[in-house]
Amino acid sequence: MDNEKDILEVRNLQVNFKTYAGDVKAIRNVSFDLRKGETLAIVGESGSGKSVTTRTIMGLNARNADITSGTIMYKGEDLLKKSEKEMEGIRGQDIAEIFQDPMTSLDPTMRIGRQIAEPLMVHKGMKKEKALAQALEMMKLVGITDAENRINDYPHQFSGGMRQRIVIAIALINYPEVLIADEPTTALDVTIQAQILNLMKELQDKISTSIIFITHDLGVVAGMADRVAVMYAGKIVEYGTVDEIFYNPKHPYTWGLLSSMPTLDTGGDELPSIPGTPPDLLDPPTGDAFAARNAYALKIDTEQEPPFFKVSDTHYAATWLLHPNAPKVTPPDQIVARQKKYAEMQQNLVKQQRPNIPVEEEEEQQ
Amino acid sequence: MNYENAEKILEVKHLKQYFNVGKPDEVRAVDDISFDIYRGETFGLVGESGSGKTTTGRAIIHLYEPTAGEILFNGKNVDTFTSKAEQREFRQDMQMIFQDPYASLNPRMKVKDIVAEGIDINHLAKDDADRSKKVEDLLETVGLNKDHSSRYPHEFSGGQRQRIGIARALAVDPKFVIADEPISALDVSIQAQVVNLMKKLQREQDLTYLFIAHDLSMVKYISDRIGVMHYGRMLEIADSDEIYAHPLHDYTKSLLSAVPVPDPEFERTRQEIAYDATNENDGKERKLVEISPRHWVRAADDEIDMYTQRAHEASLIKR
Repeated sequence: MDNEKDILEVRNLQVNFKTYAGDVKAIRNVSFDLRKGETLAIVGESGSGKSVTTRTIMGLNARNADITSGTIMYKGEDLLKKSEKEMEGIRGQDIAEIFQDPMTSLDPTMRIGRQIAEPLMVHKGMKKEKALAQALEMMKLVGITDAENRINDYPHQFSGGMRQRIVIAIALINYPEVLIADEPTTALDVTIQAQILNLMKELQDKISTSIIFITHDLGVVAGMADRVAVMYAGKIVEYGTVDEIFYNPKHPYTWGLLSSMPTLDTGGDELPSIPGTPPDLLDPPTGDAFAARNAYALKIDTEQEPPFFKVSDTHYAATWLLHPNAPKVTPPDQIVARQKKYAEMQQNLVKQQRPNIPVEEEEEQQ
Repeated sequence: MNYENAEKILEVKHLKQYFNVGKPDEVRAVDDISFDIYRGETFGLVGESGSGKTTTGRAIIHLYEPTAGEILFNGKNVDTFTSKAEQREFRQDMQMIFQDPYASLNPRMKVKDIVAEGIDINHLAKDDADRSKKVEDLLETVGLNKDHSSRYPHEFSGGQRQRIGIARALAVDPKFVIADEPISALDVSIQAQVVNLMKKLQREQDLTYLFIAHDLSMVKYISDRIGVMHYGRMLEIADSDEIYAHPLHDYTKSLLSAVPVPDPEFERTRQEIAYDATNENDGKERKLVEISPRHWVRAADDEIDMYTQRAHEASLIKR
């Protein structure tokens, strides 16, 4: 273990999907750590491999998935070497997942109290009455109103937001060490989304779970994450603390993602957009997979894959722009504005002498 | 958008759209809403799911028979179009872009036939060559390749499919386009592409948009004016910059306070404003009142002073 605080260590993970057209290289050498009590957000477009990564951790990949290399260390053991039977003991007990769609992830024919109690009965062999009593406590904890009377209701009797609370209750009933939240609020309205996100933060403090939060909504990431990993075409292209990613991003893909989202004060006639579409992972391009869509691409990007360059102790980005010999480029206006805001924030911090906040080291690029 | 001499292209007057009328499960999806849309503008309609925004769009394009109220398009009541010719003209002038680019394209039709369906129905092409030419031009307009015309929808990505949907809507040379959540199924980087395309087409072809969405930051970006719906009612209408900077209705304030912003510092200090909807159903009669110029709020008679006061505080009204 590199770090005592790491609860999950993913190293050199590669996952292919066998299809008639050939092997789709969905995950291409992904490594990351999850620390105790933190929220790690994985962001990226559909097809970038964020859901496949977590499904591999859970051992829930489709049958045509082929894990060609890598390790996933949890409590000193490699999850990839576990049998299906052993994984069943871990899922819902040590590692639990909140799925995107609360409509389809609940059993419509089972009373919700029973659904929340089920992990206790399965994993802990608890008697039904006792499990239901705990389920009731959990329902109160996740804010289901009038829990005593609703414990015997069916999922269809609840609204979307309440159903997602039930899904969260099921995931948390065993106080898992790791909680995977795959787009948990995408199907919800903004007001309900805000409630669910607040609830997740609150519960995380109470039971000190580590969360892997998957989403494409950068606004949600800004509010939830301690650290962020940006994925593109089956790879992590940049990772760092939430402040480093939002205020001092280094990878042109992160630049593009951040600028193409209008904030409430974006104006103008044209929204900065990333041209083109993600590459076909049946046959990933040589070099940097983002090169074809990248206005800042260098010649070497089409020839050789960039390694991770260190920006700070916590911040790494895989782009040749960080190479000492790379030409100096100016990021898009929006990113420059973000960097400026960050610099001001840092200055204020120095004035206030608040420790514990990492101070950014400006690298050669700036 | 300059509203000095703006002319109304669409007038919605006291529109009610109920379902299961008279039955115990009657749903008042749209309950007496009135608003106008001016030629050349983009009117954004926002609200939570179930607020009636999609039903409003569908009622305007006459997919439903309204329970009550009138919809005037170019000054003419769309309900009274009786002749085939009038109906056809209306359907040509008003088009729709749908939310789901997967479900809204027939998987068994080639792209050229999907795009040309409106051209065929309205006999807009002189001959086959003219039809192909029109389709190719349309595909080019929306940023696709003319070689794409003989392919099937499944060969395209979500963003490309949405472009096909836009090309289909434009094929009949519409004046007014209803876009119902046109980008919510797309990835962030693709959303910007489609929004830019819609803006470009609006400039070039003098289109008017009704843009229905729940992504508030995108709605603000694309819209000139915005209407906020809740429980089937229109609660506030104002210019988009103004409604975001100075919302007057409590519901709008609450909705805006819940929007996640891609700025960690902002998020750390964000205060959500809770909204108590019981006031809306206290039995008082309410209607939209113009509190400050072009800023309408749904208010009861005894609430007008309060909203006027709020508008004063936000310096929306000059004393």
